[in-house]
Amino acid sequence: MNRLFILFTALILCSPTIKAVEPEEVLRDPKLEERARALSKGLRCLVCQNQSIDDSDANLARDLRILVREKLKSGDSDEEIIKYVVSRYGDFVLLKPPLNKSTFILWMGPVIIFIFGLIMVLFYMMRMRHAKKAIPLTEEEKNRLTSIRELR
Amino acid sequence: MRNAVIIPICTLLSLVGIFGLYLWQIGTGQKSLNHLPSTLINKPAPRFNLPPINRGGKGFSTKMLRGNVSLVNIWASWCIPCRVEHPYLMKLAQDGFSIYGINYKDDPKNANTFLKVLGNPYRAVGADHSGLTSIDWGVYGYPETFIVDSNGYIRYRHVGPLSETDLSNTIQPILKRLEN
Amino acid sequence: MIAETGQFTLVLALIVAIVQGTLPLAGSVKNNIRLMALGSTSATSLFLCVLVSFGCLIQAFIVSDFSVFNVAQNSHTQKPLLYKISGVWGNHEGSMLLWVTILTLFGASVAAFGKNLPESLKARVLSIQGLISASFISFILFTSNPFLRLDPAPVEGQGLNPILQDPGLAFHPPFLYIGYVGFSIVFSFAVAALIEGRIDPAWARWVRPWTLAAWCSLTIGIALGSWWAYYELGWGGWWFWDPVENASLIPWLIGTALLHSAIVVEKRDALKSWTILLAILTFSMSLLGTFLVRSGILTSVHTFATDPERGVFILLLLILISGSALILYALRASLILPGGVFSPISREAALIFNNLLLTTGAAVVLLGTLYPLLLDALYGAKVSVGPPFYNATFLPIMAPVLVACVIGSMLRWKRADLAGVLGRLKVATLTALLVVLTIIWATGSGDVLVALALGVSAWIIIGTMVQVSERINLFKFPLSKSLSRARNLPRAFWGMVISHSALGILVIGITISSAWRVEFIKLMKAGDTVSAGGYTLTFAGTLPIVGPNYTGIQGQFRVERNGKEITVLLPEKRSYPAERNRTTEAGILSTISGDLYTVLGEMSENGEWSTRIYFNPMINWIWIGAILMAFGGLISLTDRRLHIRLLEKFSKEANGNAA
Repeated sequence: MNRLFILFTALILCSPTIKAVEPEEVLRDPKLEERARALSKGLRCLVCQNQSIDDSDANLARDLRILVREKLKSGDSDEEIIKYVVSRYGDFVLLKPPLNKSTFILWMGPVIIFIFGLIMVLFYMMRMRHAKKAIPLTEEEKNRLTSIRELR
Repeated sequence: MRNAVIIPICTLLSLVGIFGLYLWQIGTGQKSLNHLPSTLINKPAPRFNLPPINRGGKGFSTKMLRGNVSLVNIWASWCIPCRVEHPYLMKLAQDGFSIYGINYKDDPKNANTFLKVLGNPYRAVGADHSGLTSIDWGVYGYPETFIVDSNGYIRYRHVGPLSETDLSNTIQPILKRLEN
Repeated sequence: MIAETGQFTLVLALIVAIVQGTLPLAGSVKNNIRLMALGSTSATSLFLCVLVSFGCLIQAFIVSDFSVFNVAQNSHTQKPLLYKISGVWGNHEGSMLLWVTILTLFGASVAAFGKNLPESLKARVLSIQGLISASFISFILFTSNPFLRLDPAPVEGQGLNPILQDPGLAFHPPFLYIGYVGFSIVFSFAVAALIEGRIDPAWARWVRPWTLAAWCSLTIGIALGSWWAYYELGWGGWWFWDPVENASLIPWLIGTALLHSAIVVEKRDALKSWTILLAILTFSMSLLGTFLVRSGILTSVHTFATDPERGVFILLLLILISGSALILYALRASLILPGGVFSPISREAALIFNNLLLTTGAAVVLLGTLYPLLLDALYGAKVSVGPPFYNATFLPIMAPVLVACVIGSMLRWKRADLAGVLGRLKVATLTALLVVLTIIWATGSGDVLVALALGVSAWIIIGTMVQVSERINLFKFPLSKSLSRARNLPRAFWGMVISHSALGILVIGITISSAWRVEFIKLMKAGDTVSAGGYTLTFAGTLPIVGPNYTGIQGQFRVERNGKEITVLLPEKRSYPAERNRTTEAGILSTISGDLYTVLGEMSENGEWSTRIYFNPMINWIWIGAILMAFGGLISLTDRRLHIRLLEKFSKEANGNAA
């Protein structure tokens, strides 16, 4: 039954013809509309994969777009709107995961990986410096080296 | 530096371990890719007041959830899995549980025909034309079923059609526990 | 009969692959020439077996033999021939068979072109290739057999998802797979080198053409995929940081790092151990990508039907193939002697920097792709990692690569003069600064990041041109002399020049198309006009259309520029009855300065059509850049250093030395 459900969501709610924002949804006030678009781009269409509600024609995405615009019209701030949507769907709805305990590794990961790599490189360079006169080439290797050079 | 060569192996092993764990969790049904936990568990049901789907009928509002344990089912006549789970809702209704419906973005005519043909398990059905009430409930797939206790607090959510096993393994035990 | 022949040859192929995977390896251990020679023969026969099997499946699709389960599930009699054929790899089973076909094709090519390889190395490479083939053939036979029969056979098939019925997508998977699988050869060479315990510039030279070929193909494959998404998905997006896209980007990034580090091995006999690790990682990442896509563990627009059993099988293959290679690496890496020494400011060091950034970038994409899965598996928490994450982390890591690639390629080997190089790049620096300032001035300081990105692109392109003019002594000698110098420059140099400039073009395309895109979302009725990107569009209404296997509605937009009609754009909404599915086809006017992109939506109650009109400035530069980048790789591939005759002379020496 679970399979059927997934199939169903896939077929009906997230059909691949993506139409996104409909003209009748667009707000008259261009400033509000711009805010609405920016907000929609950061909210995930829950029934699709990795798509924002701005890009999706799923029913729910459309409802959420309208909701965002309704709330903007009634004067809510961007933060209030995001807070409301998160209170209903959890952090999952945010395409940019917030920094908290569970996403700490995600956000720090890039820095950690880079610094770790940098340390490895520095280590390598230092070792090379110390071992400058490591192992002399054997006769055979010297021959090979000259033959390689000749080829160049 | 010399020992650094084991880093890729450790990474591979831990990744494979987690993948394996996840596959196992999915295989045994503990985790599901598409199921999102509800943020409203143990919180009061959202406030709403929906009009009826048929003229002259009664609508559905938050107030009606007070007093006894109830199921809130979000459905639509165009939703195929809703048809699949319908017999189980009928069964629950016959067993005396109170079930309320939120009819999501539906044509009232179709919704009424649906209930006439397949039977009406609902004590009351509210029409959610805008879909905003469903969003308030954090609904993302149809059908969804919530269990609300007698104080109006949400205790459980089921996403997707109910099945025989869902009924006997989770829904009925929770309902019984909450009623006592 | 077709299905049985296919099935039979596939079983045969498994046996041949096992032979190829074991006997030559044993031969290389015992120094038995005859057993080693078996490698080439079996690699060729293996390829023929798999080819026949694959041919059978194609034939079954062409004649619409619905008694084959796979055909019934994925084809339809009314589908055009091209899509009947491309439907073969539009599903899991068929695409795995294509995967294996390409895998064995590469094995056979090593046998064919590798006459100059030392016998023992070749035997080892082919054996490892045979073992990989055997594992994947058994994966197909045991979990994803495309030749299963269906009884009774249905009268009609279920068809192929219409968004996959598209020329761009017909060719996207083959290129992608050639890329993924091509890296298996590099992997086999790396493992063989570990077994032999020796790696030298000759090894790097043997590996280079395979790396280049795989890399070019992967580049084209990714570009085709994003181009397809751009024109087919209907809102002009071209990269979504979708798990499946990431699964192809990760091997591409590591493969790019490998391409560069292999140069150091070849020229300076340094970074050997690291290069071997990269070779193993590149193919491992291809496998990991396959696992992620095939197991359905990451749900995505692209995923085939999910099946944990397949996931477990591929996971086992991943442990078997990557795990054993990494263990071998851990045990044997210390045998690889450190090679040439260099100072922190040198071409070698610059290439290390390039590798550091590219692998970090790959690791970040991997982290972002897997994080939701890790969190769910370990803590049951759900999180989304979308484009904003990658924009905030991946792009800053890639930015220095762009700046450094010009400087790095101008540094000398061993010890270089950084200040001198920067001095030679004065023209590029000034141009870049000029670009940045002009754009900040023109846009009213709004788009600093855009200005910087365009400045960097100018820097790459001009900087690369400076290199060319230095190498050919432009303006210092008569032009004819410069030209003849240009002809004599190594092809590898020209490949680098083309690929690096292409990178600049790519960045220009990405920056401008995303920063200055114009968008109209409007309800239109016949006669309404819209102006975008210097064009005037007039909506002329809609027409019903009938295609070979679909019906639909076509919108008509007359496009005028300076009062002259240029073209009529015809966006469509198609409905495929067999597949019970709909698609939108955008109407696009594609030019070098930008695309006019129209999409037809629904008709409203009062007869107006919801339409979407975009002007995407310079968006084609993205794909031109990507294709040029691959072209640069191809030019490099034709470098005479890689020519067979020279290699032959060289390998004889190597053989002599080995004996």
